[in-house]
Amino acid sequence: MSITRETVLHVARLARLELEEDEVARMQRDLAKILGYMDELSALPTEGIPATAQVAAERAPLREDQLVPSLEQERALAEAPRRGAGAFAVPGFVEE
Amino acid sequence: MAALDLSVSELSAAVKKGDVSAREIATNALERIREKSSLNAFLHVSEQAVLAAAADIDARRQRGEALGPLAGVPIAVKDALCTTDAPTTCASRILTRRGPDGKPGGAAAGWRPPYDATAVARLRGAGALLVGKTNMDEFAMGSSGENSAFGPAKNPADPTRTPGGSSSGSAVAVAGGMALASLGSDTGGSIRQPAALCGIVGIKPSYGRVSRYGLVAFASSLDQIGPFARDVRSAAHVLAAIAGPDPHDATAAPTPVGDYAAACERDVKGLRVGVPEEYFAEGLDPEIAASIRGAIARLEGAGCSIRPVKLPHTRYGVATYYVVATAEASSNLARFDGVRFGLRIEPERGTLTTMYGATREAGFGAEVKRRILLGTYVLSAGYYDAYYKKAQQARTLIRRDFDAAFANVDVIATPTSPTPAFRLGEKVDDPLAMYLADVYTLPASLAGIAGLSVPCGATAARADRPPLPIGIQLLAPAFGEETLLTVAAGVERLCRS
Repeated sequence: MSITRETVLHVARLARLELEEDEVARMQRDLAKILGYMDELSALPTEGIPATAQVAAERAPLREDQLVPSLEQERALAEAPRRGAGAFAVPGFVEE
Repeated sequence: MAALDLSVSELSAAVKKGDVSAREIATNALERIREKSSLNAFLHVSEQAVLAAAADIDARRQRGEALGPLAGVPIAVKDALCTTDAPTTCASRILTRRGPDGKPGGAAAGWRPPYDATAVARLRGAGALLVGKTNMDEFAMGSSGENSAFGPAKNPADPTRTPGGSSSGSAVAVAGGMALASLGSDTGGSIRQPAALCGIVGIKPSYGRVSRYGLVAFASSLDQIGPFARDVRSAAHVLAAIAGPDPHDATAAPTPVGDYAAACERDVKGLRVGVPEEYFAEGLDPEIAASIRGAIARLEGAGCSIRPVKLPHTRYGVATYYVVATAEASSNLARFDGVRFGLRIEPERGTLTTMYGATREAGFGAEVKRRILLGTYVLSAGYYDAYYKKAQQARTLIRRDFDAAFANVDVIATPTSPTPAFRLGEKVDDPLAMYLADVYTLPASLAGIAGLSVPCGATAARADRPPLPIGIQLLAPAFGEETLLTVAAGVERLCRS
């Protein structure tokens, strides 16, 4: 299986991940090899087989809907790399 | 330092009787951690907090107050679990603050969570001494501990070898006698495989048995917290302390928690043990195969009925797992964006998007990037059906294999790892070879059933290596932890002689 450089860059863009030039080449190689292995699944007949997204749904309990205090603002902001006006501060993004 | 050589129940009994003070235990554990610092088991040692907790236990005992079931027991916690009194980094630079040089900081500059994970809070409530946070593969992605941003942990049996992963430091802390027990997390084998490679007991409880609240999410449909200990009974005591429902985690099941200590004392006689030939196929080290078959023969000698079972979709386990787990990881790790905590890299005249990209580029290691890309790829338009949907269907078939097998047997016995501990560096350049190291542990994770690894022997000494531990994996249906512990205690007794 081969993965193009453009595919790696496209997926990296979707994942908001910048890659150095040597990383692009390496990921191209690694993804091709790993996805090639995953292609083993294509040989498995699965027509009519339901999908398992997770195994706990049938057991998930409901809880009482109670009002409880949430994390206080100061504690929520305590580890913020940058903050301002009681909020998380980020670079401007309106024009993007 | 006799206290650190006791079992969990022996030590907590000694603390309650006043035979040993919690302070003495804490001091001994901290000393042992210092002596063995070259094994790189810990990213953070909670020296002040653990001495304060010990002083509190000693004071309460003197006042005649009741002490918890883990009173004075030194326990280490994987750095994937949130702790209010210690940094939490998941062995990743993205969960550290920038240093004055503008580069990502070390583990000491790690994120300080605003709450404790439920499993951590329960250990504290039970009186445990939380000695520190353990090394791991970054975001629990790896099978050797080598993906830690802060250097690999080393196997106490042979420090040139890996302790396994991803809960590498938690296994080393216990195998190296630095803690009586530890917590790890197991998404595809990250407790069972390092337990096997380090010669200790490691339990991956059923999905939903232990609350995941405060466990940094890797693959939410697979992640589960569980204990390591040197012996089955000690692991059972720790599991009993952390198991059970939690209003903070809707997947933590209301199923009653069994009497795990009592389960360790039951006779294995009459239990049906299934042996799947698919787990003894090519690629399995012959010494491990012989050791596992020897342990199964001993169970038969003790009155178990040994039956062949078929798990025909085993060969699809690795591919299925790495599609499902990377897909879930790619969305879970989207939260590491430099906005609310941890690392932020802001390029000059940059935008929000360039900040995301630069932060994630600098913060994540190679394996994490690889899995984010894989997961994004299998979920992306045009590939979703061929990979993600297909893997979810394969997951159903793997679950059905186990359902059918457990109609006829109580537990399934297999090797935990196809090889003994491999050399550090041996597989770092071949991610696929590293993924294949998980071949025996992944299917049970996909099915959400209960599993553990218990030591059953060691390889013979060779000129180039000492004897290396071998673990047998035992599997039981979801919430079958009691049966699992009965058989594990049996294996432990039968294989000790």
